[in-house]
Amino acid sequence: MNAHGIVHKYGDNVDTDVIIPARYLNTSDHKELASHCMEDIDKEFVNKVKEGDIIVAEMNFGCGSSREHAPIAIKASGISCVIASTFARIFYRNAINIGLPILECDEAAKDISAGDEVDIDFDTGVITNVTKGKTYQAQPFPEFIKDIINKGGLLKSLKG
Amino acid sequence: MGMTMTQKILAKHAGLDSVVEGQLIRAKLDMVLGNDITSPVAINEFEKIGFDGVFDKAKISLVMDHFTPNKDIKAAKQCQQCRGFAEKYDIINYYDVGEVGVEHALLPEKGLVVPSDCVIGADSHTCTYGALGAFSTGVGSTDMAAGMATGEAWFKVPSAIKFNLTGKLGKWVSGKDVILHIIGMIGVDGALYKSMEFSGEGLKSLSMDDRLCMANMAIEAGAKNGIFEVDDITLEYVKGRTDRSFEVMKADDDAHYERVIDIDLSAIRPTVAFPHLPENTKTIDEAEKLNIKIDQVVIGSCTNGRYSDLEAAAAVVKGKKVAKGVRAIVIPATQQIYLDALRNGLLEIFVEAGMAVSAPTCGPCLGGHMGILAPNERAVATTNRNFVGRMGDTTSEVYLASPAIAAASALTGYISGIKE
Repeated sequence: MNAHGIVHKYGDNVDTDVIIPARYLNTSDHKELASHCMEDIDKEFVNKVKEGDIIVAEMNFGCGSSREHAPIAIKASGISCVIASTFARIFYRNAINIGLPILECDEAAKDISAGDEVDIDFDTGVITNVTKGKTYQAQPFPEFIKDIINKGGLLKSLKG
Repeated sequence: MGMTMTQKILAKHAGLDSVVEGQLIRAKLDMVLGNDITSPVAINEFEKIGFDGVFDKAKISLVMDHFTPNKDIKAAKQCQQCRGFAEKYDIINYYDVGEVGVEHALLPEKGLVVPSDCVIGADSHTCTYGALGAFSTGVGSTDMAAGMATGEAWFKVPSAIKFNLTGKLGKWVSGKDVILHIIGMIGVDGALYKSMEFSGEGLKSLSMDDRLCMANMAIEAGAKNGIFEVDDITLEYVKGRTDRSFEVMKADDDAHYERVIDIDLSAIRPTVAFPHLPENTKTIDEAEKLNIKIDQVVIGSCTNGRYSDLEAAAAVVKGKKVAKGVRAIVIPATQQIYLDALRNGLLEIFVEAGMAVSAPTCGPCLGGHMGILAPNERAVATTNRNFVGRMGDTTSEVYLASPAIAAASALTGYISGIKE
């Protein structure tokens, strides 16, 4: 499995309130949620984002509310992977459970800039910055989590 | 090697003699919680996959508290969907307007969580029940759906930070000040993926409301859970609320902690978290000097909408008036708290002081309804988060504080300490 896209870059402590503000939580429609994704931190995100793009942020990405609407909005925006130095733990679970690939890699998170073209190999955890001509090594998922993702999310893995 | 309190509870629920940090386990659940925002997403997934039924209709709680009384048609439809699901599967603990309270005030009050339980909730503040000595953590809607279907959840066994509490809280200092002080010290990711375990002789001076407030905000330090050692105060609280039997579990003497932090409760001052992170704390003495003018005060939420919170606020505003230009909103967290506050004259004190009293709801805490901020407005709130746009416009600001400080600030129109 691979991802390839252009980077949207953010800093520390991006919380789920700015990823999808509560005023839009009166729906669970994926497309509607995506139309407000990142609205309170980056109003232009929904106009800029293209299928396959990648979000890169630094410490504690996805902190705050447990709203699964946050990874849903990101995934439904077309984002193929989120890379961060660290993730808040509920966001981390939610992303895995809904099948949004995420990688923890401090070096990549710090070095990658907005607009960089990035390539990711999920099996090896190798992140390639095509623009800067550099590679970074992220920890690939443990088997337990790979199994959930390969089966198409937590619920399908349970039912299967 | 010995286990922490959290590790012991997780081992028991996984059917294992022991667990170690980092181990992936499947644990049996005593309660699965959802609200009117997170449950619809869980129900959609539950139905899409086509599970036959729920694992135990008595071990699921659906609490319609966030956008209720329904704030708009879309919110009403979300509650309608939850109501339909509760009827279909005969969910016993379904709470709607008239009975509903803010979920993390309601479940302990109803005796739905007891010491050593293992609980997940599709709400980040589910960590509140750690105050009762339960392992309790926030998850997303997919975990909730899986929990409702199977009665189990997967966890990575966390390491822990131990908080050794000594001393006694001063006057007008509460659990809110302690937890804000701690978050200010360790940061919003200071306990990321870890347990925060609270013990020590200082526990004696913390009421159950103080402990519920502190465990509630463990998530604001990034923690997986916050948990309190069980003592007589816990047992007294649980008594009469449930007929379930439970085993009291303590951390082993040789349990491993990543860090042990000593907290002298007597040294803690009323504390305020400035925008836009709960870690941006100042003591009230520092905050007061900055003359920060406010437009709104909110007293309520799963953090500070309990009876003793209202009591502290009422003691401050009794016989006085809210400053001109300040909108003060009081939200008792449950119907029982509302009724007790009504019978004991607290609501009369609030109304006479010029404060608005609302039915139980999460409402303004997450910028839902019942007190949204306009551009550049500032609020002092007893809630738990002050992120950008949390209570309204992205240029508005939220200052987190205790009920006493929020009430005192309502009277002056500025962030203020208590004037005796």
